[in-house]
Amino acid sequence: MSIRIAAEHLPEKKEMRRVYCETLMELAENNRNIVVLDADLMGAMGTKPFQARFPEQAVDCGIQEANMMGVAAGLSAVGKVPFAHTFGPFATRRACDQIFVSGAYARMNVKVVGSDPGITAMLNGGTHMPFEDMGIMRGIPTMTILEPTDCAMLRDLIRQIAGIYGMYYMRLVRKTCVQIYEEGSEFEIGKAVMLRDGSDVTLIASGFCTAEALKAAKTLSAQGIEARVLNLFTWKPIDTNAVVAAAGDTGAIVTAENHNVINGLGSAVAEVLARSRPVPVEMIGVQDRFGEVGPLDYLADRFGLTEPYIVEAARKAVSRKMHKNME
Amino acid sequence: MNDLKEQEVNDMLEKEQIRELKRFSKRIQMEVMKMIAEIGVGHLGGSLSITDLLAVLYGAEMKYDPKNPRWEGRDWLVVSKGHSGPAVYAALALKGFMPMSRLATLNRPGTDLPSHCDRNHTPGIDMTTGSLGQGASSAAGIALAHKMDGKKNRIYLVLGDGELDEGQVWEMALFAPQHRLSNLTAFVDYNRLQLDGPTDEICALGDIAAKFREFGWYAQSIDGHDVSAIYEAIEKAKKESEKPSMIVLNTIKGNGWSGSAGRASCHNQTVSKEQLADALREMEAALKEIEEEGENE
Repeated sequence: MSIRIAAEHLPEKKEMRRVYCETLMELAENNRNIVVLDADLMGAMGTKPFQARFPEQAVDCGIQEANMMGVAAGLSAVGKVPFAHTFGPFATRRACDQIFVSGAYARMNVKVVGSDPGITAMLNGGTHMPFEDMGIMRGIPTMTILEPTDCAMLRDLIRQIAGIYGMYYMRLVRKTCVQIYEEGSEFEIGKAVMLRDGSDVTLIASGFCTAEALKAAKTLSAQGIEARVLNLFTWKPIDTNAVVAAAGDTGAIVTAENHNVINGLGSAVAEVLARSRPVPVEMIGVQDRFGEVGPLDYLADRFGLTEPYIVEAARKAVSRKMHKNME
Repeated sequence: MNDLKEQEVNDMLEKEQIRELKRFSKRIQMEVMKMIAEIGVGHLGGSLSITDLLAVLYGAEMKYDPKNPRWEGRDWLVVSKGHSGPAVYAALALKGFMPMSRLATLNRPGTDLPSHCDRNHTPGIDMTTGSLGQGASSAAGIALAHKMDGKKNRIYLVLGDGELDEGQVWEMALFAPQHRLSNLTAFVDYNRLQLDGPTDEICALGDIAAKFREFGWYAQSIDGHDVSAIYEAIEKAKKESEKPSMIVLNTIKGNGWSGSAGRASCHNQTVSKEQLADALREMEAALKEIEEEGENE
């Protein structure tokens, strides 16, 4: 495993959906059991090239998410490796019971992919803006829950999960992300990546908020606060060691997620800390609200997911820690 | 393994084969009664109504190997009305998938025979079911996987009539013809009763065969308690090279015992020791009738 952190964190030129399709095509080249399913969103997800090249391994179910998840489970019972995609809300809210019973409870091997996480649903608005998808999936035993940070990580995770039997949920930005890692990086599922070390506070971030957390760490450093930054891309199973170590080493935590803080990353981190190492925790994320339409920048600010909010939360967490120490 | 298969000469069953299937169905019913009486309560009605179908499937149609339940060459059975588990378990035990003594463990703590079918617990169960509608899609997925690989296995799916209230069934009803799943044969146990009462009074289904035909299926509607009719309908379905098949089984819920037949209350019914004795008496008498049919020929 080697992870190389990019020198600069700029918006990527390549779209995540392109990497998704390319990687699946690369896998299908040598594995005729890879099956790509969609619910009338192959055009949106950019998997039409896969369908054109491997028509026998592509199933466009039409707009029927429940049936698609069940079909995927059935395919896996016969040894296929289905990747079933639809928008995140429909994958997790609408087809939750199919993923639960026909998938997880039946011990199948389905890779569920939900696109447009949180605010990245942008102009599709509240009906299509999943702030709860990871939480819904997190409550299902045996599910592994992933949020790839950028193209390099996505490529590696797709290659990995295709070869590991079991149920996965991956939320996936269709368009571009900010580059955090160099191409060729290899990650360990279940292990958070330390992007920056620091002694005063730890920012535990995922997805969209990762680049924001790195910016916040820089700003905090100028203010004399040194922040550790963890990219916790596996929400389940959570990297307990990294979370507990962060609490021990820095004494204060800020979580940052493009998701409802209820039943999200903040909750998952707090569950670990409450049991093992209670320290002040501040949670950046959607504060139990519905989504709405808007461009990404507008929504990121409206839901308080950006650098200034993370900086403020970090200062608050640090002051709570100091306050506690003075008592 | 599957002796009747070898004797098969055409699409019709010999008289002795028919009697054998009737006996098998009756034995499944008797085991179902014993299993449910053992714990005192269970999904009796929907178990008893499909024993004739199970007798034909496990007695004459399906390829399987009790010593190797996940044999690749087998035919698959998805019982989407997962609460009919007791009937399937009885059929599997009678065919040697597990010792008969295991049937008494139905729904006991730690059992491998839970109320609803579970592929990870019971040898011979091909798919986990219990949340209605879902077996429809998984059966379609299983059929699609076999078709992708050019394999000839047949996939059988059993749906409840009440289960057809679920939208997911109709999603699959569109999906299967689209993907030309001619290896899929579905059955509906049309006993016209669901948990809360008659299907006509709760969510009327009308002409199920016509509906499926309109969706692009090869659909038949038959007497679900006539083993020859079931056998012949399946043989016809197997000849269909493009369309998936739907066989509507007109049945009686709780069939085989006067204490349950045709009563909505038999969906999940208590069975006392006295009632068990009564049911077994009726079933023994029915078995005797089958024997007498043979002797009179």
